Amino acid sequence: MSLVGHQPPPIFRRGPAPLARLFVFVALCLALLVADLRFRYLEVLRNALSVVTYPLQMAASTPADVVRNASRYFGTLVDVQLENADLRRHQLGAGERLLRFEQLEQENQHLRELLQMSQRVQTKSIAADILYNAPDPFARKVILDRGTQQGVEAGLAVVDANGVIGQVTRVHPVQSEVTLLTDRNQSIPVSVVRNGVRGVLYGVGRGMLEMRHVLAEVDIQPGDRLVTSGLDGIFVPGLPVATVTRVDRDQDAFARIECEPLAAIERSVQVLVIGRAAYPPPPPPPEPAGGR
Amino acid sequence: MHPTNRSSRILQPVKLWFVYLSLFAALGLEYIPTGRTPGLPDWVALVLAFWCVREPLAIGMGAGFAFGLLVDVGLGAAMGQHALAYVVLAYLANALARRVLWFPAWQQALHVLPLLLLAQAIMMLVRLLAGAEFPGWSYFLSSFSSALLWTPLSFLLLLPQYQPDERDDNRPI
Repeated sequence: MSLVGHQPPPIFRRGPAPLARLFVFVALCLALLVADLRFRYLEVLRNALSVVTYPLQMAASTPADVVRNASRYFGTLVDVQLENADLRRHQLGAGERLLRFEQLEQENQHLRELLQMSQRVQTKSIAADILYNAPDPFARKVILDRGTQQGVEAGLAVVDANGVIGQVTRVHPVQSEVTLLTDRNQSIPVSVVRNGVRGVLYGVGRGMLEMRHVLAEVDIQPGDRLVTSGLDGIFVPGLPVATVTRVDRDQDAFARIECEPLAAIERSVQVLVIGRAAYPPPPPPPEPAGGR
Repeated sequence: MHPTNRSSRILQPVKLWFVYLSLFAALGLEYIPTGRTPGLPDWVALVLAFWCVREPLAIGMGAGFAFGLLVDVGLGAAMGQHALAYVVLAYLANALARRVLWFPAWQQALHVLPLLLLAQAIMMLVRLLAGAEFPGWSYFLSSFSSALLWTPLSFLLLLPQYQPDERDDNRPI
């Protein structure tokens, strides 16, 4: 190997020059970046390399676990009692609402049967704790303490008590990575509760969201609540997402609609991973009349 | 006394397994989940730069590329983001190797600081081009804290080479 800035005599030349090797490596890195960021081809390579990194990561997360458990252990009794009383009050209110909800769901099912509409889809959900923010400073992601072993899949929606916070983007055996709604690369199809106008909500950073692809003359006002529309087949329809804070119609054909998330996206601790809507399997294709 | 080219101190030859062990230890430190705290040092970049300056014949762009990919996978960053930064860092640190060892340790840190900043700037440029959010200027604090650690780290990483095979007070090892 030859050194940078040092030209060995030809009889000692070993391997290509450093500058040539630099260009080869840079080209390789740029190819990797394009393949990953633009086309998402590299999940296989990522999984293969994570065989090396996973034991190290598990070892490295131990001190953080210790700190978290210790702070939980030393949390004062008074705090816990106050929290407990608060939770009891919430539980009472929620229990009453749940009773009515069950009755309403049965009623809804009956009405749907009467109208011969397709049934609403059933989903199962997984409770999870947010362990920490993902270390990548350029994205808004968090790490959950549930993974493939508990049935988490990539693409599932994640909600807290008030609304959607994001979507599972990568799953490890006992952890998973959630991209928050406020990430610049995250989007979610929504509709307005008041009149059913549909649009797509994008993260813009700084904890804010923006609804795009809505014409300027469409009726949207500040204060409107947005829920998932379920058009993507990933998010269950009807989950609360955001409220409209400002509508700007001056610019061009499309309105500029700023929204504020309902969920405590950057602050929540306990979340629920909502299972994929379990649609009934499609009917089998008709048997071909003749052989091949 | 810090061993530079100017000092008369002669070190034991480096053991390659120790170099890779220290790089993997840095990888472990890098993986400690600290959330979004700004100003934490980039351990792998620092240890890589150190060995690229100390052992330019053994450690270079290949190691930078490999460990960059491992950091990318572990941190969930874009594939090739750290690899690209570390390859450029390794190239420039190798180029510095023959000059920088004539300076005392704190001046070596001043030489390495621009390289660490450049590596971070490359990563930021790549992600901003891909449409990510600007993480704020505190992102670059990481390079400064890394540079502050250069002196204690170089003492620590050279410790195994300080040990002579047999003690002899008349020999400068």
